[in-house]
Parts: sequence; C-alpha cells; structure tokens
Amino acid sequence: MDFFQAFANMTAASFAQHMVNGISLGSLYAMIAIGYTMVYGILLMINFAHGDIVMMACYFAFFGITLFHMPWFVSFIFTIVATALLGALIERTAYRPLRDAPKNSVLISAIGASFLLENLANYLFSGRPMRFPNIPVLAQNVSIGSVQIQVISFVIPILTIICLFILLHIVNHTKVGMAMRAVSKDYEIARVMGINIDNVISMTFIIGSALAAVGGFMWGIKYPGITPMLGVMPGLKCFVAAVIGGIGNIKGAVLGGFILGLGEILIVAFFPQLSGYRDAFAFIVLIIILYYKPTGLLGETTTEKV
Amino acid sequence: MLTKKRKLFLSIVAIIFLFAVANFIQVEMDSYIRRIVNLCLIYAIIGLSMNITNGFVGQFALGQAGFMAIGAYAVGIFTVPVAMRPSVFYATPMNPAIINIYMPLGVALIFGGLVAALVAFVIGTPVLRLRGDYLAIATLGFSEIIRIVITNASSITNGALGIKNIPPLNDVRIIFLVTVITFVFITLLINSSYGRAFKAIREDEIAAEAMGINLFFHKNLAFMISAFFAGIGGGLYGALLGTVDPKNFLFTLTYNFLLIIVLGGMGSITGSMLGAIIVTGGLEYLRVFDEPLEILGLAIPLFRPGFRMVMFSVLLMLCVLFWRKGIMGTEEFTWEKFVYFCHHPLAYFKKGVQAK
Amino acid sequence: MSVVLHTDPMTMQFGGVTAVSNLQLDVEEGKIVALIGPNGAGKTTAFNMITGVYKPTKGNVFFTDANGKEINITAQKPSTIAKLGIARTFQNIRLFKDLTVYENVIIAKHLHLKSDFMSATLHLPWYNKEEAQAEAEVEELLKSVNLWNMREEKASALPYGQQRRLEIIRALATHPRLLLLDEPAAGMNPNETDDLTAFIKEIRDKYKLTVFMIEHHMDLVMEISDKIYVLDFGETIAKGTAEEVQNNQRVITAYLGEDEDA
Repeated sequence: MDFFQAFANMTAASFAQHMVNGISLGSLYAMIAIGYTMVYGILLMINFAHGDIVMMACYFAFFGITLFHMPWFVSFIFTIVATALLGALIERTAYRPLRDAPKNSVLISAIGASFLLENLANYLFSGRPMRFPNIPVLAQNVSIGSVQIQVISFVIPILTIICLFILLHIVNHTKVGMAMRAVSKDYEIARVMGINIDNVISMTFIIGSALAAVGGFMWGIKYPGITPMLGVMPGLKCFVAAVIGGIGNIKGAVLGGFILGLGEILIVAFFPQLSGYRDAFAFIVLIIILYYKPTGLLGETTTEKV
Repeated sequence: MLTKKRKLFLSIVAIIFLFAVANFIQVEMDSYIRRIVNLCLIYAIIGLSMNITNGFVGQFALGQAGFMAIGAYAVGIFTVPVAMRPSVFYATPMNPAIINIYMPLGVALIFGGLVAALVAFVIGTPVLRLRGDYLAIATLGFSEIIRIVITNASSITNGALGIKNIPPLNDVRIIFLVTVITFVFITLLINSSYGRAFKAIREDEIAAEAMGINLFFHKNLAFMISAFFAGIGGGLYGALLGTVDPKNFLFTLTYNFLLIIVLGGMGSITGSMLGAIIVTGGLEYLRVFDEPLEILGLAIPLFRPGFRMVMFSVLLMLCVLFWRKGIMGTEEFTWEKFVYFCHHPLAYFKKGVQAK
Repeated sequence: MSVVLHTDPMTMQFGGVTAVSNLQLDVEEGKIVALIGPNGAGKTTAFNMITGVYKPTKGNVFFTDANGKEINITAQKPSTIAKLGIARTFQNIRLFKDLTVYENVIIAKHLHLKSDFMSATLHLPWYNKEEAQAEAEVEELLKSVNLWNMREEKASALPYGQQRRLEIIRALATHPRLLLLDEPAAGMNPNETDDLTAFIKEIRDKYKLTVFMIEHHMDLVMEISDKIYVLDFGETIAKGTAEEVQNNQRVITAYLGEDEDA
C-alpha cells in the first residue's frame, strides 16, 4: 500500500488514533530523553546505560507486581525508587572514578555499563519475553467519538507534562537546581565555589533515572513484551531526541521526544511500505540535525578556546 | 644491534614459522579447535580495523558490526552457487539484476571490503566532523541502519531469513594468510607518514591541523580503511559460518571488538592480536560457566546460560576502570623487546625497563 | 618592501562580546613584528583569525605567497593555510605529547608529501625517496637546537624551555614563509629569554622568515621587533617602532593604569 492509498484510506478517526499514539510514544521518548540531556549537560558524556535503566525499570515493575504482589501504584513507587538507586549506583561505580580520565574512557565505561546491564538482565531474567501485567484501570478503553483510546494514552502525556513542570521548577527555582546549573556551566569553578559536585551529580542521575523509571513503567504498560534488549532502541532514539532538541536543554529533550515519537508513528501511518525502516527514521533525523544544526533546535552554540 | 634488515629477516622467519603452525592446526587438529583459531584470526582482523580509527586516530567509531555485515553479505550474496539461489531465496525471489552474478570468494571478499569502504565514505562525510560521543552514537546509528536495510531489502539480501549454503571456508592456513596480509599492511601504514598523521590527529587535532594535516581527509581515509578491513573480516566470518543473518550483526557485536582493543591496548597492533586471542579464547573457555556446575554433587546455581557474557561485561568494566592502557598501551612488541626478553626474561616484566 | 600579510580592518565578535575590533595589520617580508597588550586584549584571537581557526565577523586576511601572489585566506581551513606557508606555535604549547620528539617534527613534513597512502604503505621507491629527504631535514633541524640526542624521548618528557623550542622547530619543518609565535618566551627566565631572542633572530635570517609574535616579555619585544602593534580590549591603541610605542601615552596608560593625580 503506497502513500496515496494510505492517505485516501485515512479517516479522521484513524488519523486521531495515530496522533494519540504518536503523542503517547513521544511522551515516553521525552521522559527518557530528559535523563540523557541532564547527564550530558553536567558531565558532557552520553550515558549509554540510560536505555538499559529503562529496561531494568520495566523488570522492577514486573517483579514488583508479580513476585511481590504489590498493588500497581505501590509497584510504581517501588520502581521509581529502585531505578533511581540503580542510576546512582552506576554513576558511583562506573563514571565517578573516571571523571578525570580522558573522554574516551568514560565513553567506554558507559558502553560497558550498558553491556553489563543487558547481559545481567539476560542472565537473571532469561531472554524470554515476559508479559507485563495488565492493569485494568489504565488499560481500559475510553470512547471519544468513534475513536477508542486507552486510558494510559492520556495518562502518559499528562504525566510527562507534570514531570516536566516539576523538573523545571526544581532546576530554575531551587538551590539544588541552581547548583546543577552551575555545575553544568563549569564544574571546576562550581567546585571551587563550595558546591559539592559529587552530590549534585548523583542528584542528576537520581532524577534522570527516576524519570526513566516513570517512562519505563508506562512503556511496560503500553508495550507489554519485556526483554533484556528492550532498552536498546529506545535508548538510542531518546538520545537522538535529546540531540534534536539541543543537548543539555531539558525543554529541548521533551520537544525532541515528541518530534521523534510523532514522526515515527506518522511516517509509518502514511508510508506503510516503509514500516520496516521505522527505527531508521530516528537516525536519519539525527544525521540531518547534526549536519545542519549540530546544537539542536533549542541549543546554544559554543566556541572552543584555542 | 638490530638493523632493519635483520628485523625484516626475523619477521619473515616468524611468519613462516606461524604458517607452519597454522598448517599443523589445519592438518592435525579437530574441527572444534580449527574453528576457534579461525574465529580468533577473524576477530583479530576486525579488532585491528577498529583500532585504526579508535586507537590510532582517536576517533570513537562504533560502526564495525555494520561494515562486517556488508562484507559478510557480499560473500553471502555472490558466492552461493547460482543454481542454489532460488532455494535459498524461497520467500522473495532474488533480484534479477544480480541473480546470475557469481564471484569466487576472493573476489567477493575484496568487493565486500570496497563496498564497505564506500559506505564509510558516504557516512564519514557528515559524521566525522562530530565530537567524541556524537560520533559514537552516529556510527552506532549507521551500523543499525545498515542492519535494518539488510533486513528489509529482501530481494537482495533475503531479508530476515538470512542467506544459507554459503560455500564454507575453514582452512586455517588461508585465513591465517589473510590475517598476515592485513597485519602487515596496517603495520606498514602506521609506520608511514600517513600513520604518523593519524597519530597526530589523536594527540592534538588543532595542532595537527595547524601543521597542515587536513583533518577531514585523514579521518575519512582512516575510516574507509577501517571499514575495508572490517568488511574483509565480515566476509571471512560469513564464509566461516556458512550462513549470514541480520541478527548476527547487532551493534552489540561491536562491543566484542571494543573489548579486544581496550584489553589489548588502543593504539597497539600487537595488542589487537593479543586482545583477540584472549577474547576469543575467553568466550570459548568461559562457555563452561554457562552450564550448571556441580561440586561434590551439589549444583551451584550461579552458573547458567548468560553468565559467560556477564563475566565478559564485568571484564570490560574492570579493564576500563583499572587498566585503561590495556596490555600493550600504545606500544608494540618489537624485535628489540623480544631479544631483550630472551636475554633477561625476568627483568623484562619490571616496570620502567626500557628495551633499546 | 613587499608585504607578506595584510588585513583589512578585522573584527571578531562572539555573541555580545567584541574580542577584536578593526584590527588592520601589515607585516612586511623579513621583518619581526610583535603584537602586545594586556591579557585578554584579543591577541590570540587575532592569531586565530589569521590561521583559520576563527572566521572573522568582519574583514579579510590576505597572504602573499613565495611567488608574489596575494591570496585571500580568510576563514580557510587551518591545514590549507599551513600549506600556503603560515605556521604557528601555541600559547599553551600543543606538542604531540605522547609521541617522540622526532615524530613531532617529522609529522610537520607530512603536508609536503606527494605520495598517496598506498604508495606510502607499500613503501614504493618514490615514497622512500621523499621519506629519506624528510628524515635528513628533521635531523638537521633537531641538531640545530641540540635535540637530536633526545629524539626518542616523548615530547612531554622534555623540560619546558626545550618544549617551546621543539614547537618552534616543528613549525619550521613546514617551510613557512610567515611564522606566528604565540608567547614563545612564556615562563622563561631572563637567560632563557635572551637565548630565545637570539634564536628567533637566527632562524629569521637562516630560513628567510617573516615573524609575527605575541609576547609579554618586553625586553624581547623591544630588542628584536621592527614593528609593534598594541592592543587593548580588542582595539589597536598604537602601532609603530619600539621607541614610538614606548613613548605612547595610551600604551603607558593601558599597561600601568591612569595616573591618579592627573
């Protein structure tokens, strides 16, 4: 089915459905992209393991409900806490020791951490896909006109916007946030000014991982097949989203997430013959952005001092 | 004092000796050992190819899996006998433009390498201007794009079904020769003015440029050469396995080579060989940890499938955290060092000893 | 006297900050010209505009090559500019730290290499010939500064003063017509500065160079400069010979501050 057929067959209802899907997916990407952008803003490194943290969040949630028989909202809290701790742990063991090492070392360490998480999940939970438990109150459908939308599809974007506002408030109007902004500008100076760098960085990872956990939990509900490699593609794509929006810029990450999510869904909707290339879309956008506007849509240009 | 002529002589002797070893392995050893040796040699080629960009130029590129795939598929597509192709491409018929083109393995290998180099040129042009982490992600992304294209271009690559019935190559001697050629070529390259230009870029890009080294040209050159040899390695890999499948070339495969060069020393040619031996050997030997282990009749629950890779990942982490230079760092194992070792075996390992 | 480097008024702005404004330079062949001024005056920025690291917000840079042809080198790639005949050293010494002294210098010969990479890798005869020539030249250069014996040492292992010399030698290996030195005497004591002064004069004569340098050591500047430009906050506040500049009121104020009683 080519573009014109797809276009002709598209009704208002199915278009609305696609838009909703796109916005949901975009919100998930946005949540995860924030974690990348915050870490990059402060440490100038890509946390390769971030996508895998999302994956671990899914497993935490899964086991919270199935193994520990928690009610889903308790499992939700549990997931956030556990994932935040995991993020802080990774920072402490894999990144902090290399803070003064050449740039490439931290990169390799991040890759190693990602690799380790994937293999660990594969070993602990086996590679067989597990089915995320159904949560009736979120999975039920709501009718708007002739469109059936799952409740979760509303919850995700709303949750994302709420988290974004809370985060922006923290960053712009609290002492902790000011410390984070200072560290991201120049961490040597910030240290000299008496800011505890280690704490600020840990806090950044905790917040980023907590958001990833929210994203992961929602992801599990929307895409119930959980495997150890589930974080890989979203991880890469969410980094792309962060770059599109301007790496280091939180609003940019959210914008990038929505652009990618919507773009992906709509491209497949209008060009069904390209659906196999769906994952390639993000990378193609990445190359284009890096070529024409490397600082991203909302980013700032910096010049290197020679 | 070791003159150039003497060192050359020693090198030739060493190669002949190792070829005799390869011959011995081929003739006397069973297929299991032969397979491991072959895999080790192929991994050495690809590890070394990655070292060109990551170790010598200092460009953090993670695209080896994609370039391997190109080489492997070149072999897969063109070396399967024409008569057998319809049975392999049973779901989607093979593209009529290529269905009758047959290449002997040697030609297919070179072809695959060249295609990989061409793709590297196309990718390199926008991507090599990027800084460290961005370059890593971009090359990773391209590696995945290559794999996605392969998975979808069913009439050329048979898509997700993969290609079977590739005429196998498992002669250790031949693979050894290709490895030798690769290592010799890259050693000569690194020792030439171009190799020095690469290292200059690694040390200080801005100074290198100020000394007249065109960054774009040299980074691209290194990237293309790296892709070429990764393609050759991939082609050999496809021939060794006898089948190719897009799932074989996930970007996580690149991590194996990353481990090889980190372990062996980024910027050391001999290090890449050592790293390959350890990683390939380790991957095989550690298989034992994937099986349940019993001591005194008690099953130890720790060892089950997946543990081997966990150990590997831990090894990579430990290496980068505590042993960043790897075994060789940026040094090579030269004949001078070998002679020194022969005279003073124990002193060789003392830190700070300079073998002149 | 022919002019080697000529700019029309150049301005460099970074966002809201003007680092250099209306800098107009004329550097004559064979002369030693100095660019001085308090820290942050925009001197290294000026260098970076000339060598292609920065694209001037306004203005053009013109370089006259050995054939007398005037080329607009504004915002060209640094490697292209180096090939045309401008070499430089850096304020914070940018040697190839982990490479040997020898390698540092011979790398600077790469830009002259005509052989392609296959010829070089296969060590074909014409490459070997070029390589031998380069080796001979590097040997001569290193011997001229007494670094031949240290040629296998890592560049980072050299004492500071010798590192500076190495950086200059490395720049010389590119056969420049114009040599830009960014604070070559930084961190040197008076003796070393004297040696450096003699050294600069020597290489200028020996290699028929034109030298344009940024410096803070006034004895060095006043001793060998044929012409001096003085910058302050990006503006050119004086230009002329050593005496003219020394007696210029604006220069004195810039360096020593206002006389409070005046």
